[in-house]
Amino acid sequence: MSKDNPTLIESATFPRHVIAEIQRAAKTGIYDIRGFGAKRDIPTFDDLVFLGASTSRYPLEGYREKCTTEVVLGNRFAKNPIHLKTPITIAGMSFGSLSAQAKESLGRGASIAGTSTTTGDGGMTPEERGHSKTLVYQYLPSRYGMNPDDLRRADAIEIVLGQGAKPGGGGMLLGQKISPRVAQMRNLPEGIDQRSACRHPDWTGPDDLEIKIQELREITNWEKPIYVKVGATRVFYDVTLAVKAGADVVVVDGMQGGTAATQDVFIEHVGIPTLPAVRLAVEALLEMDMHRKVQLIVSGGIRSGADVAKALALGADAVAIGTAALIALGDQSPEYEEEYKAIGSAAGFWDDYQQGNDPAGITTQDPELAKRLDPKLGGRRLANYLNVLTLELQTLARACGKSHVHNLEPEDMVALTMEAAAMAGVPLAGTEWIPGKGGM
Amino acid sequence: MTEINLDNKSVRELNEKLQSASSGDKFSVNNTVGKHALSVGLTTEVNVDINGHVGYYCAGMNQQAKIKINGNAGPGLAENMMSGEVRVTGNASQYAAATAHGGLLVIEGDASSRCGISMKGVNIVVGGNIGHMSAFMAQSGCLVVCGDAGDALGDSIYEAKIYVRGKVKSLGTDCIEKEMRDEHQKELKQLLKQSRMSYGVDEFRRYGSARKLYNFDIDQVDDY
Repeated sequence: MSKDNPTLIESATFPRHVIAEIQRAAKTGIYDIRGFGAKRDIPTFDDLVFLGASTSRYPLEGYREKCTTEVVLGNRFAKNPIHLKTPITIAGMSFGSLSAQAKESLGRGASIAGTSTTTGDGGMTPEERGHSKTLVYQYLPSRYGMNPDDLRRADAIEIVLGQGAKPGGGGMLLGQKISPRVAQMRNLPEGIDQRSACRHPDWTGPDDLEIKIQELREITNWEKPIYVKVGATRVFYDVTLAVKAGADVVVVDGMQGGTAATQDVFIEHVGIPTLPAVRLAVEALLEMDMHRKVQLIVSGGIRSGADVAKALALGADAVAIGTAALIALGDQSPEYEEEYKAIGSAAGFWDDYQQGNDPAGITTQDPELAKRLDPKLGGRRLANYLNVLTLELQTLARACGKSHVHNLEPEDMVALTMEAAAMAGVPLAGTEWIPGKGGM
Repeated sequence: MTEINLDNKSVRELNEKLQSASSGDKFSVNNTVGKHALSVGLTTEVNVDINGHVGYYCAGMNQQAKIKINGNAGPGLAENMMSGEVRVTGNASQYAAATAHGGLLVIEGDASSRCGISMKGVNIVVGGNIGHMSAFMAQSGCLVVCGDAGDALGDSIYEAKIYVRGKVKSLGTDCIEKEMRDEHQKELKQLLKQSRMSYGVDEFRRYGSARKLYNFDIDQVDDY
């Protein structure tokens, strides 16, 4: 209903944004490509609340009693597992989709906060390696920039089978972001659209994956933890197969996970939310008696210490953030409101990362725009944000009486909606009822 | 020549030994029985003779080493090779030299499907035939085929060059036959010599990218 004219009723089936998309499609003949992540309303960690301690439990004193946050990742087979101060890591994002300054900022921020950052499609840059105390090297289907020296320089290897924004899909870096340096790293001509393959070129299926993991371990002297990352779809089976293939760590990325560029229809209609994905992954690990032996990292829409605490309480060992990290660096900043308007968007709404004209200078290869992000300042902002998330996480864990954040458990939470209760496998608030599992 | 017998040494022991060897060292590896990930991640100019069939990813990510397999090779032979030379006297399974950045791979027999998939600078010479979808999304380097090529050769190819002596069952999207100019004849002659294939360059045709799919064009959507 229009504010100015109450007799005008907007259609629930054809609201204005749907009409606009039909009009855009009719005009251009091509689907909408964009970045960011899913924007639709889906059940999230916001639909869960913690049951703080009272008469039946006692809490820990804030600022006085210890609530530790350290996490070890990859101690199943790797000689050199990763030790992090906080269970909040930085997800894989490529140089190419992001500027070199943005990658450096992520490395700086993560290192100050005592956590890891991750490369992306296109390989490892010296800036990123140099400023990242702990760097996870993504092994992707395109193998752009992939070389064994960087593999050996990394602290861990993440084999990417998919991502939450587009499970089953590859990538596309449009020509306007293919600067000479990006082109050289990817061994392709400047200015052409670069397709990133949707599946690996030299194996098919989990049996082959097991042999691929063996090869990577042999090349790196069995030193590096091997992660396997999947987009959240058939999570129970995918996690089971990754563990059987020999992963040290499994990364599950829910549908809210961000992307540099893909079809809107993919972002909004493929994959399942992070909330049920965590539960399914933990169920798979428990069934194999591998929970806490193979670590679980969860990503996709993590924004606050509350989200982190809830993911950990459901059984994750750590989380990864991507979109939130970019916002911490300055993405969507009101400082650039006029420029967002000039490119047909607004601060808080902008999602055309693929265009390379990011006013905040983060998702761009334009040297003038990229200069706007000072890597030291960006790193400081990210470190501040990571510290806030960690403090919030500790606050909630102490309230539940936990001396380590990994002691949070599903029993500490209830759900506010039936959907969330069913997806997370915790009771609906005020009941003992878990849909699909019984109770009253 | 140091002999390593995989009857009494593990794959780990083999690779550790080869990875820590010095340039010029020579090794022979026996009793391979199709084991996977043999002779991977080498970084120096060692010579390795592997006697017997090998499984997946033999010579994976090779740098500088010269590796000869007297037998057949499983999938992913010399995948992501950076430099050096890998030669197999028999046939190679799928995805030989996938994503490889440099060096020379010689397959004296046939290569299966997706040979040279996403190749990024490697040179591949196949003495026999190659399977379907070879040089799919091939970025740079050369694929030389002395026999016939299967379906969809060079589909979505970028700047790699393909030379075929025999018949091509079909070309993939955006792959076309191209003129064989002097520089190509010179390049091919050199590769044939290096790989010890005794064919004349005049017997080959050249294929490469039409470059029509380099930037998305809605009017060509049926080609994708």
